[in-house]
Amino acid sequence: MAGGVAVNTAADAAPTPGPPLWLLLELTYRCPLHCAFCYNPTDFARSGPELATDDWLRVLREARALGSVQLGLSGGEPLARDDLEVIVAEAHRLGFYINLITSGVGLNETRIRALKAAGLDHIQLSFQDSSRQMNDFLSSTRTFDLKSKVAALIKQYDFPMVLNVVLHRLNIDHVEEILEMADRMGAEYVELANTQFYGWAWHNREQLMPSRSQVERAEETTRRFRERAGRPMRIFFVVPDYFERRPKACMNGLGSIFLTVTPDGTALPCHAARMLPGLEFPNVRSVSMREVWFESSGFNHFRGDRWMKEPCRSCPEKTRDFGGCRCQAYLLTGDAANADPVCDLSPHHGLVTAVVNRAERADHAERPRAEEKPLVFRSPANSSTLFP
Amino acid sequence: MTDRSISAASRPVIERRFRLQWEAAQNAHVLLYPEGMIKLNGSAGEIMKRCDGKATIAEITADLEQAFSTTGLSKEVMAFVVLAVEKQWLAVLP
Repeated sequence: MAGGVAVNTAADAAPTPGPPLWLLLELTYRCPLHCAFCYNPTDFARSGPELATDDWLRVLREARALGSVQLGLSGGEPLARDDLEVIVAEAHRLGFYINLITSGVGLNETRIRALKAAGLDHIQLSFQDSSRQMNDFLSSTRTFDLKSKVAALIKQYDFPMVLNVVLHRLNIDHVEEILEMADRMGAEYVELANTQFYGWAWHNREQLMPSRSQVERAEETTRRFRERAGRPMRIFFVVPDYFERRPKACMNGLGSIFLTVTPDGTALPCHAARMLPGLEFPNVRSVSMREVWFESSGFNHFRGDRWMKEPCRSCPEKTRDFGGCRCQAYLLTGDAANADPVCDLSPHHGLVTAVVNRAERADHAERPRAEEKPLVFRSPANSSTLFP
Repeated sequence: MTDRSISAASRPVIERRFRLQWEAAQNAHVLLYPEGMIKLNGSAGEIMKRCDGKATIAEITADLEQAFSTTGLSKEVMAFVVLAVEKQWLAVLP
């Protein structure tokens, strides 16, 4: 490899990766919603100042030169940045396919017209539920009616629309109504994303974990809906991995195709990786995207399989699932190099089944409701309380 | 749409929800869509980049045969167009 790219010579060195095809920019942690299942870190209130417009534009140019092509603009709520249109315009000029991942709050007709003109390709709109009451409860806002209007605007301006609903114990029984809502709104894609337990969702895990019968019913409802759907609406059912016996191929392996930049400029190989102890992640204020991707220890550490322990190291499936999720291994077992305990070959798999079994008992009302902690909603105030 | 509605006189065009683009970093044409990407192999890319809604399948085939100094590509091109229509990467205009 030429051009200052580190050449690995040691036999056990990490392999040289391909391009960071997926670039996710978390433009801000500011968000009008307060979702209890948000994957943002619970200590986000301690985060440093947001990158300036010019920093984001430089990140885009450097990443595109490396081969990034799918761009997600997220947060927080990306519309909280008043330079979003400038960022989209530059990304479009560079040839990115641009996905806006939004709660819809702040998307009025003036802005959606400007975003269309700037070259935005697609909008992913989140709902928290099919009912106003539950949507507004789960996001701790009154946003259901507004989101419905935004859905109509998205169609009016001819954007393809992905409707995203994060599923968990409190709304997973509404899958049928959610799918009907998406159909009415003309969504091209629906993402029924079972909660992945990181950030605020990890904090609220016991309250959000569905029971196995809830998950099975939701899968069955989705299957039946797919069969009778009258028009091409693609439904993605993101499986709740706690109920599986093999882990997800998280990020297709850390540092393989995905690169995210947090509001303060920290570059990470996955949304949640900042929690991993002992790793240093570079900041794009002082480090080029090329160095971030090819040379930083934070990105190189979990490439390849040299970091793996047993049972992963000798497992024939390691090329398929890469040992699962490093963050989940760390959260549940305390060691990020362990097998993701979702895998039933992991000696720690009992940690996962224990949580699932507790959810099952709660479903049968064997656990008094009074035992349950209240949901902690994502907010700067709660973040500061958790991390004074 | 079934393959019966596709003939050598059909004019294929990239489905409006997809974007075809050459990616030097991948040395390939890719189809981009919401939160996803399909990397095309060489011949798929060469066919798709000629699908502009104006050229017929017959004309696309002739152009490919000339570009690659070969003959007898019509079967392969037709098979690909049928597959791509099935996958909704392409639409065909009569």
